[in-house]
Amino acid sequence: MTDRTEIVDVLAGLALFADLSRPELEAVAHTFEEEWFTEGQRILRQGFSGANFYVILDGEAAVRIDGVQRATLRRGDFFGEVSVLLGEPPTADVVALRPLRCIVLGGPEVEGFLLAHPRVMFRMLQAQARRLRTANQWRS
Amino acid sequence: MAQLTARPYPPGRYPLIVVGTGPGGLQLSYALRRLGIGHAVLSADDQPGGMFLRYPLFQRLNTWSKPHAPADPRTHPYAWFDWNSLVADEPAHRSLVLEFMDGVSYFPARAEMAAGLGAFAARAGVDARYGVRWERTRRTDDGFVLETSDGEYHAPVLVFAVGMAEPWKPAIPGMEHVPHYVQVEPARTYAGQRVFIVGKRNSGFEVADALLPWARQIILGSPRPPVLSVFAAGAGVRAKYIVPYEDYVLGGGVWILDAAIERVERFADGWRVHTQGRKTGARTVEVDRVIAATGFAVPLGDLPQLGVATFTQGRLPRMTHFWESATVPGIYFAGTITQGAPGMRKYGYPGNSAAVGGFRHNARVLAAHLARHRFGLRLPRPRLAPHDVVPYLLAQATRAPELLNQRGYLARVVAFDPAEGITDEGIVPLAWFVDTDGPPAVAMAVEVESSNEHHPVVYLRQGGSVAEHVLPGGPLPDFEGSEHRRALAAVLGGVL
Repeated sequence: MTDRTEIVDVLAGLALFADLSRPELEAVAHTFEEEWFTEGQRILRQGFSGANFYVILDGEAAVRIDGVQRATLRRGDFFGEVSVLLGEPPTADVVALRPLRCIVLGGPEVEGFLLAHPRVMFRMLQAQARRLRTANQWRS
Repeated sequence: MAQLTARPYPPGRYPLIVVGTGPGGLQLSYALRRLGIGHAVLSADDQPGGMFLRYPLFQRLNTWSKPHAPADPRTHPYAWFDWNSLVADEPAHRSLVLEFMDGVSYFPARAEMAAGLGAFAARAGVDARYGVRWERTRRTDDGFVLETSDGEYHAPVLVFAVGMAEPWKPAIPGMEHVPHYVQVEPARTYAGQRVFIVGKRNSGFEVADALLPWARQIILGSPRPPVLSVFAAGAGVRAKYIVPYEDYVLGGGVWILDAAIERVERFADGWRVHTQGRKTGARTVEVDRVIAATGFAVPLGDLPQLGVATFTQGRLPRMTHFWESATVPGIYFAGTITQGAPGMRKYGYPGNSAAVGGFRHNARVLAAHLARHRFGLRLPRPRLAPHDVVPYLLAQATRAPELLNQRGYLARVVAFDPAEGITDEGIVPLAWFVDTDGPPAVAMAVEVESSNEHHPVVYLRQGGSVAEHVLPGGPLPDFEGSEHRRALAAVLGGVL
């Protein structure tokens, strides 16, 4: 369970990386850093500069805006990308609801990574489209 | 025999036990002594120095100690120009590594570093029981028992400063037969050979650099392209080791291969390395020698069985912002292990806790934290006059080695408590400050963003939340002018 192969296997099962070949998944596993967060720990901080891009491998996290919980994130979900792509501070906190295992890519590395992995960019765009659709459904 | 009977810290009961006498253990023990906290120091080595008794293999560090710097070597701010000496309160014990450097380079040789650490231990009176092996660990109702080669030690608090000292290799078929970095032989024994180095971090490039005059060809292979410190605010392969990268760019024979290593096997007198890369496809490379420059793990012994959770494939313990095991309270870590608490990682940068320059400050912060929270000591909290706050914080951002060595990781905190006045709360982990409630307070940190500009960044805690204010930046940490004074005064207007 503690092998790099294990991370590659987990990544292979996530929608975001579903189109990548084994060598590409290996490169992803070595490019991202693994990080653990304890229950209650903030990962993304509303209003702070310098956000990164996170993908959840295990655990759950809450999305909170001004302290109010708006969504729950689980294995395979990702966050931080909006702030990184727009170069603006996050508009929400993301807080671990229980021990949370993520992989993280530094904000400045995200553009290069997405350009090198267009299939990941496409999957990310699909996820954003789903979020937009959900938001529009709420509005209408 | 007289020497044996004179060994300090016999088995018994202590308020705290530090395991390890590398720079992390020495710095922590020194700081605990200064605070008057009784403790024992145990070491499996026979002298102080830790990993610098053996590594780096090719003899020179990649962190600077600048003999002629803008600050006096006997002052605290000089520590920013000397990333290798341990930090002392007494001027006579500061910047000791400098004393042993021969002027050839501002990167000390391994032996110069080891001599500096030994001198610090001797002169600052940081003693230890050497030659004692920690073998097993038990929990008791009131703490822990360390079973050692000398007998049992009892303590409610343990601090492990045992380094990233255990050679680590990934579970790739055949890799178990490949010599690790620690088994690399003298460079001349690689004369005329093709050498495949698995790994593209500092140790891989260090070996490649050493083999350049000897090897016929060097291949550095791993899935990820190398990250060079000059493009990553110091978090990557240090400039000292990137000559092999230049050789690759110029077509001189070094090959930087971005590919996963699928399998390694012996054949005849050599090795076949089977690789699979996104651009290179499946490719088998035949070489004379293979070296696994794949890093190290913390020698945690039986701590995982005690409940100490780990991550990064078991290489590091999971820990809190104050470097306590996230799962076994009372067990702390010091030294390079503190890299397991990467802090806020703004812009992806994790602080500098892997290196002496960074973790020496963590050790002092840890000592103060233990003093307050484990031993109930009330540490001095110097008072500041309102008109002193702005210049004090800007001077910290310009000269405090804690903030400069640990950019975006450690911060100076000043509190504004209506009852107690304005007080200097010392240096703390920045991530802890921004996520902890308390009285109105400000934390000053120095951060670097992707354009490589340094910025003082102010975190103001007020009314139950913390707001970030990024002050103007520059290529050098020089923030004491009128522009910064005005900007900081505006941020603090509501609390001053």
